[in-house]
Amino acid sequence: MNREDFPMFNQDIVYLDNGATTFKPNVVIDKIKDYYENYSANAHRGDYDISYKVDLEYEDAREKVVNFINAKEKEEVIFTGGTTDSLNMIVNGFFAPIMEPLDEVILTTTEHASNILPWFRLANTKGIKIKYIPLDDNYHVTIDNLKKVITPNTKVISLAYVTNVIGDIRPIKEITKFAHENNIFVVVDGAQSVPHLKTDVQDLDIDFLAFSAHKMLGPTGVGVLYGKRELMEEIEPINMGGGMNESFDNEKEIILKDLPARLEAGTPNIAGVIGFGAAIDYLNKIGMDKIQERELQLRNYLIEKLVKIPHIDLINLEADSGIVSFNVEGIFSQDVAYYLNKYNICVRAGNHCAKLVKNATGVTNSIRVSLYFYNTENEIDSLVELLKDKEKIMAEMI
Amino acid sequence: MDKEIKREIIMEHYSHPKNRLRKDNPDYLKVNTNNASCIDNLDIYLKIKNNLIEDIVFDGEACAISIASTSIAITNLIGKTVDEALKYIENFNSMVNEKEYDKNILNEAIVFDDIYKQSNRQNCALLPYKGIKKALLDYLNK
Ligand SMILES: Cc1ncc(COP(=O)(O)O)c(C=O)c1O
Repeated sequence: MNREDFPMFNQDIVYLDNGATTFKPNVVIDKIKDYYENYSANAHRGDYDISYKVDLEYEDAREKVVNFINAKEKEEVIFTGGTTDSLNMIVNGFFAPIMEPLDEVILTTTEHASNILPWFRLANTKGIKIKYIPLDDNYHVTIDNLKKVITPNTKVISLAYVTNVIGDIRPIKEITKFAHENNIFVVVDGAQSVPHLKTDVQDLDIDFLAFSAHKMLGPTGVGVLYGKRELMEEIEPINMGGGMNESFDNEKEIILKDLPARLEAGTPNIAGVIGFGAAIDYLNKIGMDKIQERELQLRNYLIEKLVKIPHIDLINLEADSGIVSFNVEGIFSQDVAYYLNKYNICVRAGNHCAKLVKNATGVTNSIRVSLYFYNTENEIDSLVELLKDKEKIMAEMI
Repeated sequence: MDKEIKREIIMEHYSHPKNRLRKDNPDYLKVNTNNASCIDNLDIYLKIKNNLIEDIVFDGEACAISIASTSIAITNLIGKTVDEALKYIENFNSMVNEKEYDKNILNEAIVFDDIYKQSNRQNCALLPYKGIKKALLDYLNK
């Protein structure tokens, strides 16, 4: 649906790598162009008209994010460079100062590198301990398994709402309920969830949420850090500089601005943020419920066909998202991706930045198809047709 | 060389690569070689005595082109001196990077003479040579 809104579809291309990034609709591109052509000034300097307009548009985008995830107030929403940036700010600005040696963070082996490596650094610099929730047979997280790894030293659980290889949707609401009963914080990596399903941070009772604009029709280099107000107040700004300070005379007298400016040092990605606002409008117009429903439809359509092909090993048969991971028996995933590329089909091969996944699945790399609402049954048919014939893959992969 | 023959040679080396095994043996130098942009990741083990390459084996995971290229490289480099091997590698690199090269000393590695047309696969063909070159230079600098 809505393919006519996306200029990338003027090319003869089957794009099935939406987990990596999505295409952009005209409204987003136009919004960015409008900024550069008509009011290309800096933010927070409202001394003249076009700069004042920048502030209005920039804060308007923030308001859109606030509503999109149902945050309480604008102080809870910070614009960052992306999920990775947001997670690093949370780990280094909030958790590093409060965690003691032997305090524990709970992760899973199916997390993306950006929700693993910042914690590894804390393990190495502060001596915190890392634990992993054991996964069930489908590589899913269950509350029972979470309970097995909780100890009195557990400070925080940090996990993806939807994982980028398995595509499982985690029971976040139950997790936060259980965590909060035990005085444990919950950090949610929303990179693969916010673009695909309705997010209500209040209902889910999430402490921190990170996500990226570019995976939800918006520009690259923009992301969001959400946190409950009282927690956001405690984040130490890792970046100090312009736009975030009220005044300073010497190193003892620094007065910082209030949220959200305090955590947005330097000139932000103004065009990106404003373009992101347009992406949110666009998603809202379609409706997140409808988007999720359509993706499930497409997923089921694809799975139904893949299970009938004997040489396809499906890795995540059970998952309610548009992520489908598999291998062609006996063929290296990258070779399959090269082969599909010859037919202008874009899929991802590899370990998808989730290098611990192999500990869970025993599979070091795979082909990942990640769908978005604009994909079609026809596209899936072309993919499946090419995968059916193993001889053809072998013949054409080099 | 005919395209179909090239394909057959590549597939043969891919399906039955030479010396694909682990070697935890102190006589062997170990070097890892990988491509940052993809998931090719091989360990190559070389046994060098008095400047002569006596044996090379490898293991790990990589795409068909990388595996075939490694197998062909190993076939060609065993028995060469370190200097000869370095020259061979330079020549191969020149071919893959579309520079002037000597066709006559590459043997089967010539099957990659048009790999430059697929720029996303150049690095696959180069993968073993990157690692082996590093190991040879390490050997010389020891
Ligand atoms: C689950 C998950 N977390 C984090 C990230 C990192 O996002 P970004 O590269 O936009 O910072 C990704 C993107 O690949 C992801 O899939």
